[in-house]
Amino acid sequence: MTFLELKNVGKSFSSANGRRAVLSGVNIGLAEGEFVAVVGYSGAGKTTLVSLIAGLDAPDEGDIRLEGRPVTGPGPDRGVVFQNYSLLPWMTVFENVFLAVEAVAPRLSRAEKIDRTRHFINMVKLESASNKKPHELSGGMRQRVAVARGLAMKPRVFLLDEPFSALDALTRATLQDELLRLWEENRQTVFMITNDVDEAILLADRILPLTKGPGATVGPAIPVDIPRPRSRRGLSLLPGYQRAKKRIVDFLLSGVPPADNGPGAGSEGGVQ
Amino acid sequence: MKKKVDPSPYLLPFVGLFFALFVWTLLSATVAKDLPSPYRTWTESKHYILHPFFKDGEMNQGLGRLAFYSLVRVVKGYALALLIGTPLGFLIGLSKKTSQMFDPLIQVLRPISPLAWLPLGLVIFQKSEPAALFTLALCAMWPTVLNTAVGVRSINPDFLNVGRVLKLSRWQMFRKIIVPASMPYVFIGWRLSLGIAWLVIVAAEMLTGSPGIGGFLWQEYNALVYSHILMSILTIGLIGFILDRLMGLLEKRFRTT
Repeated sequence: MTFLELKNVGKSFSSANGRRAVLSGVNIGLAEGEFVAVVGYSGAGKTTLVSLIAGLDAPDEGDIRLEGRPVTGPGPDRGVVFQNYSLLPWMTVFENVFLAVEAVAPRLSRAEKIDRTRHFINMVKLESASNKKPHELSGGMRQRVAVARGLAMKPRVFLLDEPFSALDALTRATLQDELLRLWEENRQTVFMITNDVDEAILLADRILPLTKGPGATVGPAIPVDIPRPRSRRGLSLLPGYQRAKKRIVDFLLSGVPPADNGPGAGSEGGVQ
Repeated sequence: MKKKVDPSPYLLPFVGLFFALFVWTLLSATVAKDLPSPYRTWTESKHYILHPFFKDGEMNQGLGRLAFYSLVRVVKGYALALLIGTPLGFLIGLSKKTSQMFDPLIQVLRPISPLAWLPLGLVIFQKSEPAALFTLALCAMWPTVLNTAVGVRSINPDFLNVGRVLKLSRWQMFRKIIVPASMPYVFIGWRLSLGIAWLVIVAAEMLTGSPGIGGFLWQEYNALVYSHILMSILTIGLIGFILDRLMGLLEKRFRTT
């Protein structure tokens, strides 16, 4: 069974000149424990895609299922990390994460909730900033808190909407490395949206190219044949990196979904 | 290099003050002969200022006492305004239907002067004190209602999405996200409401003849002690200024981001 499945999903919004299709005929399948990245231009409907899977918005057509159950609304089984952190500014780091723990695990005792909150704050190395408010933190630290909050929900799928796009290059690299480490430790199912090709190759098992809108759709998957555990060091020298990069760049430049060539390519719903 | 302190921000307010005193003196010496000069105002009023808590009868008391009566009345009426206005504002901000239901009504009620409400209050309550509070609350609550509603409507949708992803209950959503997120606007409303409450108290006291700074002002006008009118006016202004500053400090403490 496909773990997370999107079948013929379409979404349009009404605008001044009638309805404009943002996504159409999107088919995606994720296996459990898989890390999939969607790469595409900004404005191509990437954020809409995340909103649909998160259940914050409903598709006009098609069907989204998580573990066979249709997605009808938002829920903590799909933890979202938003592009702009969306931490609650009136709460401390601890309180932001604690709110999530409290909401998804109301049955735990208070001590257990506190433990779990601390655990995930430590996981992103923010124990010293625990009592600070978001405005006292740097962008990278804020996004770490958002990641901790998402992980603390122990979601079935972790949805990341361009999580590092607002950060400077160095901070972004650090957070990518940390996300890689966290994922390799936990093997959580991750669906990540990004416009950074290298980020996608470093992290993902498969990369889904999103065509240019309007009416964007997902092209055949590009597998990333780089063994795990991965490391940033020497990554660009690996043939797997070069193959994936070439196909994505070809796609991004031509706007046409890459041809389905080579073994293992386009294995939708395929397990690595 | 030594940093030079620019003294003008501290000096210029006094220049303005002296200018106002000069105009006042000029007016009292030329066109408005009945207007007491600043010096006369001070000599005739200093008893009230230097002994702010004396009491020689219901309507002849020190400034401190008079201001205290007015402040107590304002606090009561203002509390009433917030108690009604804040929940009403949240209701209007949260529900489109409530907004459609009450918005026209609010737009009509809002511009009504306290002087118009007061007789109605007297008709309803038959006594001056509840009538004054009624007027105060009715006039002062609108900025709170409107700003709270705007605050709720302008909450960053990302914050609401966080609550939706966490599947917070309606009550938790309200308490943990909607209320704190709209607080900056609510505070603006509260601050404006306090300003209006203080404006209205004076009018209400003048009309009902209640002891307080406004009542005293009106009584001294009838008694032809004009210097006390000036003293009362200055006191009203000063207290209004202080109230606004206190509210501003409180607002700063609660401001997030």
